[in-house]
Amino acid sequence: MEVFLTRSRLTLILSLIVFLSLCFLSSSALSSSSSTTDLKILTAERRIDLSSHIIRVVLTLKVQNDGASTASNVLLAFPPAQAKHLALIHAAEVAGKKRKKTLHPLDVMTSNNADLPNGAKLYSVALRNPLSAGGSVTIEVSYVLTQSLEPFPVEISQSEPQLVLYRDSALILSPYEIKQQTTVIRTPSTKVESFTRVEPSTQTRTELKYGPYEDQPSFSHTPIVVHFENNNPFAVVEELVREIEISHWGNLQVTEHYTLVHNGARHKGGFSRVEYQSRPTYSGVASFKHLLVKLPPRVHSVYYRDNIGNISTSHLRTGYSKSELEIEPRYPLLGGWKATFVIGYGLPLQDVLFESNDGKRYLNFSFGCPIAETLVVLPEGSKNPSAVASRMLLAPSNHT
Amino acid sequence: MAVPIDNNLTKPTPPSSTLRFAFGNVLAFFILLLIGVLAFSIRLFSVIKYESVIHEFDPYFNYRVTQFLTKNGIYDFWNWFDDRTWYPLGRVIGGTVYPGLTLTAGTIWKVLQSLNIPLSVETVCVFTAPVFSAFASWAAYLLTKEVKGTGAGLTAAVLLAMVPSYISRSVAGSYDNEAVAIFALIFTFYLYVKTLNTGSLFYATLNSIAYFYMVCSWGGYTFIINLIPMHVLLCIVTGRYSSRLYIAYAPLVVLGTLLAALVPVVGFNAVMTSEHFASFLVFIVIHVVALAYYIKGMLSPKMFKVAATLVVSVGLVVCCAVVAVLVAVVASSPTKGWSGRSLSLLDPLRLALGWSRALDLPVPGQRHSRLAPSVPGYKTQYQAVKKTYASKYIPIIASVSEHQPPTWPSYFMDLNVLAFLVPAGIIACFSPLSDASSFVILYLVMSVYFSGVMVRLMLVLAPAACIMSGIALSEAFDVFTRSIKFYISNLSESLQIDAGDTVPGNNVSPPSDVLKNDKKEDMLKERPSRKNKKKEKENIEKPSVKSKTEKRPLVLPVEASFFALFLTVLLGGFYVVHSVWAAAEAYSAPSIVLTSHSHDGLHVFDDFREAYAWLSHNTEVDDKVASWWDYGYQTTAMANRTVIVDNNTWNNTHIATVGTAMSSPEKAAWEIFNSLDVKYVLVVFGGLVGYPSDDINKFLWMVRIGGGVFPHIKEPDYLRDGQYRIDSQATPTMLNSLMYKLSYFRFVETDGGKGYDRVRRTEIGRKHFKLTHFEEVFTTHHWMVRIYKLKPQKNRIRGKTKKSKSKTSYTTTPRSGTVKKNPWH
Repeated sequence: MEVFLTRSRLTLILSLIVFLSLCFLSSSALSSSSSTTDLKILTAERRIDLSSHIIRVVLTLKVQNDGASTASNVLLAFPPAQAKHLALIHAAEVAGKKRKKTLHPLDVMTSNNADLPNGAKLYSVALRNPLSAGGSVTIEVSYVLTQSLEPFPVEISQSEPQLVLYRDSALILSPYEIKQQTTVIRTPSTKVESFTRVEPSTQTRTELKYGPYEDQPSFSHTPIVVHFENNNPFAVVEELVREIEISHWGNLQVTEHYTLVHNGARHKGGFSRVEYQSRPTYSGVASFKHLLVKLPPRVHSVYYRDNIGNISTSHLRTGYSKSELEIEPRYPLLGGWKATFVIGYGLPLQDVLFESNDGKRYLNFSFGCPIAETLVVLPEGSKNPSAVASRMLLAPSNHT
Repeated sequence: MAVPIDNNLTKPTPPSSTLRFAFGNVLAFFILLLIGVLAFSIRLFSVIKYESVIHEFDPYFNYRVTQFLTKNGIYDFWNWFDDRTWYPLGRVIGGTVYPGLTLTAGTIWKVLQSLNIPLSVETVCVFTAPVFSAFASWAAYLLTKEVKGTGAGLTAAVLLAMVPSYISRSVAGSYDNEAVAIFALIFTFYLYVKTLNTGSLFYATLNSIAYFYMVCSWGGYTFIINLIPMHVLLCIVTGRYSSRLYIAYAPLVVLGTLLAALVPVVGFNAVMTSEHFASFLVFIVIHVVALAYYIKGMLSPKMFKVAATLVVSVGLVVCCAVVAVLVAVVASSPTKGWSGRSLSLLDPLRLALGWSRALDLPVPGQRHSRLAPSVPGYKTQYQAVKKTYASKYIPIIASVSEHQPPTWPSYFMDLNVLAFLVPAGIIACFSPLSDASSFVILYLVMSVYFSGVMVRLMLVLAPAACIMSGIALSEAFDVFTRSIKFYISNLSESLQIDAGDTVPGNNVSPPSDVLKNDKKEDMLKERPSRKNKKKEKENIEKPSVKSKTEKRPLVLPVEASFFALFLTVLLGGFYVVHSVWAAAEAYSAPSIVLTSHSHDGLHVFDDFREAYAWLSHNTEVDDKVASWWDYGYQTTAMANRTVIVDNNTWNNTHIATVGTAMSSPEKAAWEIFNSLDVKYVLVVFGGLVGYPSDDINKFLWMVRIGGGVFPHIKEPDYLRDGQYRIDSQATPTMLNSLMYKLSYFRFVETDGGKGYDRVRRTEIGRKHFKLTHFEEVFTTHHWMVRIYKLKPQKNRIRGKTKKSKSKTSYTTTPRSGTVKKNPWH
């Protein structure tokens, strides 16, 4: 994302707050009526990584065009529950084999087709080159799902591990017919309480394998539930307000206000500090107290506080390529507990602000993945600020 | 280093000395500027060593009020009924708070905002006190200058800038009323003295406004409104009445009282309470005296004598009648018995109470009704009052350490060398005695008395001590340098015969430079200048003196002068060293963050904020948190939760209820807390890390205060042979009390079964026990704050009916406890 501003007179700093609300770019739906049925997926492989509270899925599809006309888009389907929690989606075209494999990023757009079975949502991947009749292409889609693990039991006491449910379909939801497909689910540990068996399905150590299934028609869906232990920190930033202040004096000041919550199984009963301190492996395993914040290199004046003062537990490691700030909330977060804090840091302006030949200045600053609300304070005298979002922002809440 | 500019304020004005005069003023200005910087920066140790954060307890309340003010505006502030404290009673903040500090900080914040300086309210609050201490030292300069000239003024200002007593109350973050009030106090005194010296109505009006600001800021304004009448009376008695005195006093009483009545917290108290009566009485007296002087001016001496006899005799009769009526009225009204009140003025205990009310501190609720027994005679009444107080109300006031009388070391700690310089200052004030210097003496004497009553009022003494010491040091330097200069001029005279015609400045400057080099270590910058000034004064006087070849009476031998000068500078050096040490080490801790130095570096104990942050994020917004009242302000400000009692201890019964609950066994305590809708109980426990001011150490006060209202709590039940102990020798009542249980719950597991308490340095008496009605919900990292939740009531089992107890009225609950008599045996 870039904020672009015209040349400004160097007057005093301060004021002029420009409020940039980032709308989700709901792109115009591509007319894709022609291609829904003509395409066919030869092989599909899906790897679901459940090892943290963020679900990372890599879907590799080999698509073949059986129709007469060329196809320029490939559609992906998501059940509504997943579409709601889809935080990030990338698609790439795979060229070459194994060693020489290269990835070419592709555009992914939402496609608003209303009349789909069970309210499935479609995303459309625009191919690099239109797929001619009879041709095939391999695309790799990686996406991230958030808040899709459901703690069960919903409340646990301090000494209990955290068990979660993951719901999905054994068969890949797709608007196309799939000839052959497999799904591999990786769990964080071998402690899997149960999982729905859809033959053939096997469990080997931390992997559950569904499939291969042959010749499934479009929009086939077989619900599965995996119940497993996941003691990873379910840290969720419920709200993040980030203020970026551009100063004339060569500084970019960033202030980030976080509201952090442990979104795993809720804590039940009392919290015993003596157990927490003396038996860290059994007690409060699902809790967390460390967070790592990655900051740009050359940060300075880093602070970590909340609205009642400085929080004294943090370490900053500055490196050549990145800086890492290790922070601890004031108290360990057990399930359902909240904490708020503010991280602020300054950056040398020459790292992020560039001047073009026509006298305009460009702020090139990675706003990171999660932004709920962004406030950009420009120097006094700035004119005509405009913002270009380089990436779609899909989820209003996100994860650290 | 040498400062070649002379600070000359003497009368003759040849061109060169006019220039010097200007130079002197500029120099004085820059010295004052530096004093301001010094006063500000010496108070920043807390920010540098810790962080920019509000300190202690009361400042958190002020901070919260300021936040409210900046957010909601002034009208909402006046009408603010705070339902977050004193549940279920609440507190009318707008009418019970001295708004000066809050309005000041709020105004500063607003001005900064309008100037586009985006400081947060917290930052403004943190730095209000240092800024105002700079103002205070400037005010001290002005006041002392009125009394004894610029040199003394500058010395007093620099002494005040770093007097430890004042630093203790005004470090950055110590956002309390005193922060602005001391400035207001000194400034009001300055304007009074200025009016007294000039007789200008303009200054008199300013004086009333300054007094108004003082009334807004601090309950200590009663000190002003009693001290100034005393001084006026003193002046009249000593025959120093003048029209200037009248102008200094009469407008102050009229305007000041009117303005004071505008402050909601004072209101009609400004005319109705005994603290203000002295001023009205003196107001009448000064008018009578003014009339007498007027008549005296008109009549011939003989006629006047006749008239005086007549008036005095008639007046005596009238006075007797008025007194008789007054006594009758007083005797008939039980609540307005000001005979008891005026007596109480002389009673240090009572005085402490008066102050404590004035200072917005623990004030028992029904004091008035209890205080006014129906006049059975002074002596008995006095005893009755004392007894009532000793048994009922002393605990809550005495439990605050700053309300105790100070010890001698605290004088040394807070005033350091000033304590020794003050007598010298008094002597200097007597030569010659002027209206202004008599005022300063009176101020000193009164503040010494008050500081002896309550250690907190050392703060009022500090400016007086600084002014006196400034005068003393200034006079001492004056004498020493004068003798040295006399010696030098004699020397040069003997060297050159026609030395008498040489320009005095030429003669003097080399030795003055030498002198300055001597005292290079001296940090007090104004001293050289003052010295020079005195020298100049001396120089101007010298020709005449010399022509008469007479020695001035106060000229010391030169060796003695040098030696004494050296010692004085050394004394000043000690003072500076001590003050900096006090500012850096003794008074910089914010008390919500604790640090300790161990072999592996600095260790931070941030448990209080950990607990408050936990409360604020993980409990419901309307949950009620019970704790001892010390933590009330912090809980409302930092955790934003409703508390039962807080540091504005206006309702003794309510506090006693909490004290009773803490002293009761679990079941009874649960019932009391439940009746108050309490959901969480917070206790502070230092046994793990050795934090001494924890609740177990305060526990006896809870017992006393609780027992004062609910007699079934008896202090001896908690003491074994008069000793307070928590080890195996402790009484069962103690070991079963809620406070003991909440503090030591599962404590024994921390050190493998010993349960060694590092504060009390003993193993705890009862190690393994369970809680039945409370549940530990949070304990901070170092165990300093422990939060418990009241367990919900158990479901009733059918057929097993318990003896029904009233749970709605908590006043009866403890009584029912007495009926049961030791349920724990």
